[in-house]
Amino acid sequence: MIKQFVLTIESVNKTFDGFKAISDLNFYMDEGELRVIIGPNGAGKSTLLDLITGRTRPDSGKIEFGRDTDLTQLKEHQINRLGIGRKFQTPSVYVDHTVFENIWLSLEGKRSVWSTLFSRTTSAQRERIDEVLQTIGLSAKATAKAGELSHGQKQWLEIGMLLAQNPKLLLVDEPAAGMSDEETARTGELLVSLAGRHSVVVIEHDMTFVRQIARKVTVLHQGSVLCEGTVDQVQNDERVIEVYLGRKKKPAC
Amino acid sequence: MTPAFPKREVWWIAIAAFIGIVLLPCLNAFVPAASFFHVSNFSINIYGKYLCYAVLALSVNLLWGYTGLLSLGQALFFALGGYALGMHLLLLIGQLGQYKADIPDFMVFLEFAKRFPETGGLPPHWIPFKNFWFAAAAVVWVPAVVAFIFGWLAFRSRIKGVYFSILSQALTYAACLMFFRNDFTFGGNNGLTDFKFILGADVNSPVTKRWLYVASAILLLLAYLVCRWLTTTKFGLIQRAIRDSENRVLFSGYSTASFKLFVFVLSAIIAALGGALYVPQVGIINPSEMAPDKSLEAVVWCAVGGRGSLVGPILGAVSVNALKSYATRAFAEQWLYILGGLFIVVVVFMPKGLVGLPEQLAGLKSRFCRRKCAASAPETPTATLKPVVRE
Repeated sequence: MIKQFVLTIESVNKTFDGFKAISDLNFYMDEGELRVIIGPNGAGKSTLLDLITGRTRPDSGKIEFGRDTDLTQLKEHQINRLGIGRKFQTPSVYVDHTVFENIWLSLEGKRSVWSTLFSRTTSAQRERIDEVLQTIGLSAKATAKAGELSHGQKQWLEIGMLLAQNPKLLLVDEPAAGMSDEETARTGELLVSLAGRHSVVVIEHDMTFVRQIARKVTVLHQGSVLCEGTVDQVQNDERVIEVYLGRKKKPAC
Repeated sequence: MTPAFPKREVWWIAIAAFIGIVLLPCLNAFVPAASFFHVSNFSINIYGKYLCYAVLALSVNLLWGYTGLLSLGQALFFALGGYALGMHLLLLIGQLGQYKADIPDFMVFLEFAKRFPETGGLPPHWIPFKNFWFAAAAVVWVPAVVAFIFGWLAFRSRIKGVYFSILSQALTYAACLMFFRNDFTFGGNNGLTDFKFILGADVNSPVTKRWLYVASAILLLLAYLVCRWLTTTKFGLIQRAIRDSENRVLFSGYSTASFKLFVFVLSAIIAALGGALYVPQVGIINPSEMAPDKSLEAVVWCAVGGRGSLVGPILGAVSVNALKSYATRAFAEQWLYILGGLFIVVVVFMPKGLVGLPEQLAGLKSRFCRRKCAASAPETPTATLKPVVRE
């Protein structure tokens, strides 16, 4: 059986005021894959996520989700409803709501104005929320306000909010930023455990973290793919070493 | 979790509603004028006005405090509601106007008979306003349509933050200039006034004024309950989530534009209902009610009372206006300085407004206590400090 691509990006271009952020980019992802994208600052990593999630539109090229859902014409919330979840670089959670409510609002289900006026939590939803809280290790904090969580916990909460949506594809932008080593390791375990059931794209700078989680790494440079392969292949690639100014072991950090 | 109405809150609402809707009007109607407890006709009329302002403040707060949309044009919807009912009241005057004509006075001296000869001078769009229920419906749908169109355009184009505020202010200013024009057929700068009747009653009699006050109090209660109910729904959670992290909401699959549009239209309707009850109580509606400073004042009421709570705006609207009534009589010249100063003091020293004051004072008190305790027992802090130093 031929494996289905969950994401197909072909010859995509995007220019901001004359600056070519993405140029002739091709990128394919298998279903259930965990892919890490690395690259120096300005390589177009976040722009790539913006293009997939509908925040910006490509000037030309094809971005397809699953068999043949064109993403380039849809709005952010429509793309999300198809099953693409995104975690932002800086943790963005609802600081005034409890952890429980944060997850509840993210739970898959109806999203219309009317449905939210009259919907209440069902016991099935409660169970699902408890399950998500357990996965991200925040069960004890369910009634705490999200604003009171530590930085690392907020990052996990946001990942939990993504999980609650039960997306087919998760896009995670620098999940380990600002975390302690222990928290980083736990985040890595979490992401690895998600692969298989979900397809996961992780953008990361921290090479120890990349080593921990990565099966396949894509290196972006000046808006296009420089090379793809395992961590070792990528780190020994001449072009990658050159891009990272000859620093072999720890490129971006 | 969505909290149900706590019992204590239900009691507070019931007590406030009893005082506002039953007790005050009774003190006005049945207690002899000489008694200390008598509420004068003048007072009950003023209170009714305050309550209408409180409704306006609630609507500002629904946008600003709960959705993060600072509208600086909310008085537009208040005024539109007022105009819609004002048109009906003006037509009720009949031939009792200055000119003893079939059409309202301003239409006589602006010679509308030449402009609209088929209808005897009455502009065609005024005719259905002879019917009370049409006017009452217009109080709701006209502002709702205006809010829908403006909101749809603004939110679809992702206009946010200060740009939204400026645009909303421009909207009310544009409407104000339009209503100032005589050929706009709404009475120009004089507006609509000299009302005589409402629903068959003399609009200026103390009894009618008292009932108008009661209606205002009931409207405020209903508006409060609607807003309060909203906060308990998932919708209310999303509203506040938009305020705190709009991108997260958008990327969680919610069309934030639709949610903002719903809130914007709802708050326009609430403001308009307040305006409709305001007009018969003050007896006049003119374009100055739409002037930008009116909307700014409503924002000040919210800030003073405490935005982000439902009681805050009500407290703010009533207290600032009570202060205004007093200050404009006692030192009329300085009123604007007082208002400006009040706003600065609140913004700088009381970020949560009057409502947050008890909490703030408690915080100060405990800090003061701790300092005092620390001063009386100096050994304790050094003892706890030691391990920290060693590290």
